[in-house]
Amino acid sequence: MADETRAAFAGSDLACRRGERLIFAGLDFALPARGVLLLRGPNGSGKSSLLRLMAGLSPPEAGVISWNGDGIFDDAGAHRARLHFIGHSDAIKPTLNVLETLSFWAEMRGSGAAVPAALTHFRLSRLALLPCRFLSAGERKRLALARLIASPATLWLLDEPTTSLDAAGTEDLLRAITAHRAAGGRVVIASHGPLSLENAMTLALDDYTPRARAIAA
Amino acid sequence: MFRFANPARFMRFSAAILPWCAGATALLLAAGLVLALFVSPPDYQQGEAVRIMYVHVPAAYLASLAYAVVAVASAVSLIWRHPLADIAAQEAAPLGAGFTLICLISGSLWGEPMWGTWWVWDARLTSVLVLFFLYLGYIALVHAFDDPTRGARAGAILALVGVVNLPIIKFSVDWWSTLHQPESIFRLGGPTIAAAMLWPLAVMALGFTLFFVTLLLVRMRSRLLAAKIRALRLVG
Amino acid sequence: MSGFLRLVRRDLRLALRQGGDAAMVLAFFLLTVALFPFGVGPEPEVLRRIAAGTVWVTALLAALLSLERLFLADYEDGSLEALVLMPLPLEIQVLAKALAHWLTTGLPLTVVAPLLALLLHLDRSGYGALVIGMALGTPTLSLIGAVGAALTLGARRGGVLLSLLVLPLYIPVLIFGVGAVEAQIIGVSARPHLLLLVALLLAAIPLAPVAAAAALRQAVE
Repeated sequence: MADETRAAFAGSDLACRRGERLIFAGLDFALPARGVLLLRGPNGSGKSSLLRLMAGLSPPEAGVISWNGDGIFDDAGAHRARLHFIGHSDAIKPTLNVLETLSFWAEMRGSGAAVPAALTHFRLSRLALLPCRFLSAGERKRLALARLIASPATLWLLDEPTTSLDAAGTEDLLRAITAHRAAGGRVVIASHGPLSLENAMTLALDDYTPRARAIAA
Repeated sequence: MFRFANPARFMRFSAAILPWCAGATALLLAAGLVLALFVSPPDYQQGEAVRIMYVHVPAAYLASLAYAVVAVASAVSLIWRHPLADIAAQEAAPLGAGFTLICLISGSLWGEPMWGTWWVWDARLTSVLVLFFLYLGYIALVHAFDDPTRGARAGAILALVGVVNLPIIKFSVDWWSTLHQPESIFRLGGPTIAAAMLWPLAVMALGFTLFFVTLLLVRMRSRLLAAKIRALRLVG
Repeated sequence: MSGFLRLVRRDLRLALRQGGDAAMVLAFFLLTVALFPFGVGPEPEVLRRIAAGTVWVTALLAALLSLERLFLADYEDGSLEALVLMPLPLEIQVLAKALAHWLTTGLPLTVVAPLLALLLHLDRSGYGALVIGMALGTPTLSLIGAVGAALTLGARRGGVLLSLLVLPLYIPVLIFGVGAVEAQIIGVSARPHLLLLVALLLAAIPLAPVAAAAALRQAVE
């Protein structure tokens, strides 16, 4: 971890294309350890797309995202091991129970030792043996977010994490983020709503939306 | 390597060679047909029916050639993510399927006087039939997605899977055919062909190849122009 | 336990809880084979002649049934995205999921096949080759099927399309599988056929996961 807090996570001159549409271009970012980067912008400005680029799910149309100077695709396995990506869909099976779901995802990343702590943090312990088909939307979201704590990763990429969370759930998430930052972690959040996070940097994606040249030649 | 890979450059280059390709195709096919229908001798066993060979064999050859084009273009598209390669692969596939169909139909027409039946599970014909299925699968897959990029990627992977499988399928069909037809029956387009038949065949094969190239260029140009129109509409 | 085994265990658990998938495949297998006597007549001589081919062709179709679900559920609920981001290489994950598919489809089919061959009066000497052939051939079907299932993720009419893509690729397995039984029946060694089935499997184990993983990556891209 000591080594990782000194690493630089940055992207330069990024462009992203969806179909024939160029969503953003010329985008730079840098996120130091303990930092939070908030992605802002209207629908379609590419918040989710940028998060997916950061996760390495898709390659950028142009530009490079790097960790400590090395492109994230140079050692894709190492990059996957250092990140958590919580997207729109929550990766929950109706027939598995809460504990099985969380343990599976944690153990696939190495160890399920922190699963009880994660359940406690997101107030899911009481529901641990409940099949997931009985969970409410907010509880499902909390279960998805509990993956963040159930196995360690230094980079958290969160896409609209507060959707369907109540005030207490949002509070749980903010506490988790604060603890994660204190331990040297970094967080990128795509969000519409206001989030009270100290020293958060903001990236407004509509600044990078190309206008007339939006079309492929 | 990618001198012509830039779409604008491809348009200029293809516009320049297209008339020559089309002209040469017309000449070669005309000459080939005259040679095949009037100059070449009838077969002593098969009589006039042998002339179907001048369509059947070139079609079979192009069915494979077109698949090779699809596969190479797919590999280029997957490795270098070049949009022109995607277009080449997608536009070559229906042409290949067409040649495969011509090969199957002409084989069936040829089979009737030879075997007294429209279809025989002969090893070659069966392999061509499987190739036809592979073409159909590729074409269906490419068009099955709302996002054309996904269709192109999936199609490219499938084309390469097909390349690995084709020799295995060919081998297994040959194996199967020798198990079930130990008596040596007449094979379409067998290896022994008289020289008097070889020349017309070569001319026809070359004519078919240029015909394929011409059609492929026309189809690729139409695709690029259609994309341009769509782009202009989006801007306007 | 390694990530590979964890994934196999999770898929097996899902298959058991969701229930019925394997049972449905077996029911289809049984029912379709039972249709043949109605189609060609109940004469034992006719049935004996087509027994091996019928059992094998029907097994191919049955194996195809559950293929569509192989990645689809994971794709739809976001699990696939999460799996792609796991440290375990995606190729290994495909292998794990194909193994789970085989355990819930190919293996039961192999076990039931002799029973169905009995209904079709398969020659007594053919049973050994039938069971060994299916045990060696059905894993290849799951692996090739995984490629097709990955390619058709998110496609319109995915199920029908999947059959169109995969069935031509199943032809070699069918040829050698049936060939083994028929060789045994006419008193020739089934060994070459069975060895060819092994060769197909050995080729599919490294190649199919690579193709399927490439298809999965572009599906979640």
